Amino acid sequence: MNVLEYLKENIVYLDGGMGTILQSKGLQTGELPEEWNLSHPDVISGIHKDYYDAGSNIVNTNTFGANSLKFSDDELEEIIKAAVANAKSAREASQTPHEKFIALDIGPTGKLLKPYGDFDFEDAVAVFAKTVKIGVKYGVDLIYIETMNDSYETKAALLAAKENSDLPVFVSNAYGEDEKLMTGASPEAMTAMLEGMRADAIGLNCSLGPKQLEGVAKKLLRSASVPVIMKPNAGLPKSVDGKTVYDVLPEEFAEDVVKQIKAGVRIVGGCCGTTPEYIRCVVEKSKGLKPVPLTDKNITCVSSYTHAVEFNEEPVLIGERINPTGKKRFKQALKENDIDYILQEGINQQEKGVHILDVNVGLPEIDEVQMLKTAVCELQAVINLPLQIDTSDAQAMETALRRYNGKAMINSVNGKEESMHMIFPLVQKYGGLVVALTLDEGGIPDTAEGRVAIAEKILKTASEYGISKKDIIFDTLAMTISADKMAAMTTLKSLNVIKNQLGCHTSLGVSNVSFGLPSREAINSGFFAAALENGLSAAIMNPYSGDMMKTYYSYKALHGMDENCADYIEFITNYNETVTVTQTSNKPSGSTESGATSLQRAIVKGLKEQSGEITLELLKTIPPLEIVQNEVIPALDIVGKGFEQKTVYLPQLLMSAESAKSSFEKIKSFMSSEKTEMKAKCDFVIATVHGDIHDIGKNIVKLLLENYGFKVTDLGKDVPPEEIVSKTVELHAPLVGLSALMTTTVPAMEETIKQLREKAPWCKVVVGGAVLTQEYADSIGADKYARDAMESVRYAEEINGNL
Amino acid sequence: MNTILIKTYPAPPFDRKEIFRYAGCSEPTEEIKALIEECISECEKVLSYKVCYTELPVSIDGDKIDFSVMSTESTKLAKNLSGCNSVIIFAATVGLELDRLIAKYGRISPSKALIFQAIGAERIESLCDTFNNEIKFTRPRFSPGYGDFPLDAQRDIFRILDCPRKIGLSLNESLLMSPSKSVTAIIGISDCKSKNNINKCKQCEKKDCSFRSINK
Repeated sequence: MNVLEYLKENIVYLDGGMGTILQSKGLQTGELPEEWNLSHPDVISGIHKDYYDAGSNIVNTNTFGANSLKFSDDELEEIIKAAVANAKSAREASQTPHEKFIALDIGPTGKLLKPYGDFDFEDAVAVFAKTVKIGVKYGVDLIYIETMNDSYETKAALLAAKENSDLPVFVSNAYGEDEKLMTGASPEAMTAMLEGMRADAIGLNCSLGPKQLEGVAKKLLRSASVPVIMKPNAGLPKSVDGKTVYDVLPEEFAEDVVKQIKAGVRIVGGCCGTTPEYIRCVVEKSKGLKPVPLTDKNITCVSSYTHAVEFNEEPVLIGERINPTGKKRFKQALKENDIDYILQEGINQQEKGVHILDVNVGLPEIDEVQMLKTAVCELQAVINLPLQIDTSDAQAMETALRRYNGKAMINSVNGKEESMHMIFPLVQKYGGLVVALTLDEGGIPDTAEGRVAIAEKILKTASEYGISKKDIIFDTLAMTISADKMAAMTTLKSLNVIKNQLGCHTSLGVSNVSFGLPSREAINSGFFAAALENGLSAAIMNPYSGDMMKTYYSYKALHGMDENCADYIEFITNYNETVTVTQTSNKPSGSTESGATSLQRAIVKGLKEQSGEITLELLKTIPPLEIVQNEVIPALDIVGKGFEQKTVYLPQLLMSAESAKSSFEKIKSFMSSEKTEMKAKCDFVIATVHGDIHDIGKNIVKLLLENYGFKVTDLGKDVPPEEIVSKTVELHAPLVGLSALMTTTVPAMEETIKQLREKAPWCKVVVGGAVLTQEYADSIGADKYARDAMESVRYAEEINGNL
Repeated sequence: MNTILIKTYPAPPFDRKEIFRYAGCSEPTEEIKALIEECISECEKVLSYKVCYTELPVSIDGDKIDFSVMSTESTKLAKNLSGCNSVIIFAATVGLELDRLIAKYGRISPSKALIFQAIGAERIESLCDTFNNEIKFTRPRFSPGYGDFPLDAQRDIFRILDCPRKIGLSLNESLLMSPSKSVTAIIGISDCKSKNNINKCKQCEKKDCSFRSINK
């Protein structure tokens, strides 16, 4: 019988601890337990048999750390082969009559994935894939991925399992006392991602005892539609007379676990510190219990690496600003590969209160596949909102979904056969909540009936791919009322029917409705309110629009979704304050000081917002380059000199630099709409060297260089020498800046300089970083050692002046 | 096989003077002070304070030090541990969220990134102090990379403590730790009292360090 069939009718018992038993049998600190498959097959097989005899239906092979990071390919094959053989011989030897399965056990690699570690996502997939392939070859019944404490690594392992086998896959994660994974994911977020990727059972293991993990189990049971696994430790370890003992004994452990079986957990076992005795107790105490029937929780959600966003009665806001359509400044940022600009848009929208960010970086002149992947990776490194991947390029969509750390929203599919057969396989593989547009080969129907018919067709095709309606959210297409007076009514009617009769969630790109009309916000917010009344679940909208946000908060307050109207009051108080500030600052500057000196002063004092606002005001009367020459540059000089004379501290220097940047940003926007450009100084390529993942120093230097007008290309951190060289050659950059923090990464700096000398002999290399000294810099052949950011700027100005 | 224990602590009190020092401004302006307070309130809820540790015997022969499951050579560490029969080897971290904040603001506001960096340095030191103060009769903690104690010892410490699984701490190929605001160290345990709170900077040989807290 297949394990999934058995699972339908029965509680499934897993095994208990392996590593902790091996330690008690003489495994030494630092010795690899997987080697015992070869050196002590009888011991391993004996432990498996004890578990089968105690009542385990599934034993995990002794392959927790069997991966190609620890073993050569040949060793790995030998180890896994032996591990499977040990489990098989235990199964044959065990006389008990119950069903017995063998799971290929896969644990974490111990390395942290990029960007916070140095392990690339695809490398992780490749490492797990090797283990999976060998396990499948030697004949296991299922794959068990366990003890993962990072969502991204979990995704890599599950992807490897799915891409290299047709076996059932169980996944369990190690949650801490805060009911999250070490890298931040909640149980609901893990459920969303793992169910989306079609894991067959999900759950928790390791870290704590069954009592401390009750809360996590509860959350999993509430959110998961697949069977839930619970495999806790025997409590916490203590040292007694030099031996490790765990503080929860078999009886108590079994009682706690049985309580969870009654609550709905269907797959149970033990982790560290548990023994066959624990499993025997659990089996005995749960004798005669029927598993709680599985129910589809019918949750429509997306997730990030920290949390899930559910679509319920409360409207979900999807920020639309990461999109170049109609935005010259955004297009310029894309062309210049200015990722920081995109991040800033994301962060600003998060501060405005959106729940999800739409990400669209399509532009004919750029490589969308690469750009979308970069944007998704960079956004998910610093913003914990779920993302809506917005592209019509199938390859860009797949690349982004693959790298996405969670369950993404997918924008979009439509009723055309081609579109459905392109998008649904991706949803099936990577998971996702897909936005479905009610249009097809025949265009957009004029009637609600026509749009609903397309929705039904989409649902039918989706179900052929095993995608249920909870993972589809319909967009009934807002069209401008300036072209068709009934446009909005048709959209609303379709929305109403889809929500109330088909029982599906809905979304709209609200602002299209007012295209071509003056004061669009008035129409947009009115339409938004009407759509919400008709059952709109989510809106793709501009969170900077006060009218839209007012509608959102009033709707919630009016519909009993805002206790004591607290959210509304908080919003409107902040809103009114912002309006007042803007109005005051837009007034002409005070009579005693000219506008000019006030900008200088704001920059010197490090007042970021004021600097931007005053610049906007000045731009109405003064040419942009004059503002730069007469205001910004002198202010920067005052602070820069102060820093060099040690009267200004580094944080102050940076606050001023950021204020100058905010002023430059306004000037840039102004000039890009005027189609003029600021004349930049020479190219400057900057990077933190290979192996080093610290980049704060590099970012500081970059900020200052940009302020002083250099064309900075930031290659990021942990950058291989070849990449730095090829960029320098491509730009024929006269200046390269390298940063290193650790003595262990200075050799990478030396290697980079060596390669630069060969391939780009014209360039000057300036180095900096915590461990560097003049002596060190000289010994690795750098042209310049800069003690601090200002020194880098001065050197760059000197080189630029000699060009 | 030795037992690895795990402790999770509540937040130790913030030492603002230390934050000022790590931020490179011993006498901060009002603007900087305000920025520091803003950063503290932004990060304090997302930090975690975890330590995993184990006790090991130690025997010293010249500058060779043997901890039974690992050994190393270091004159400075041997001197630090002389007279001790056992040590605590520990790893401590304040979690990945600070790295995320530093990365986020590194891109959009380096001044805040710098402050978070300083807060992180103060947080991890305060966590280590809290942990150390619970142990009686200790020597000052000593980390790989201090003096002549090789940085390579990180690999052994990670192998012994199983840091990724116990506290979510990992080591990369360049021996850098992630989360970055983390410490591994060895603390000698002696039978009698010795000063364990010797000024860290006074001991250090890098006299030109810009963070040095005492007169040169």
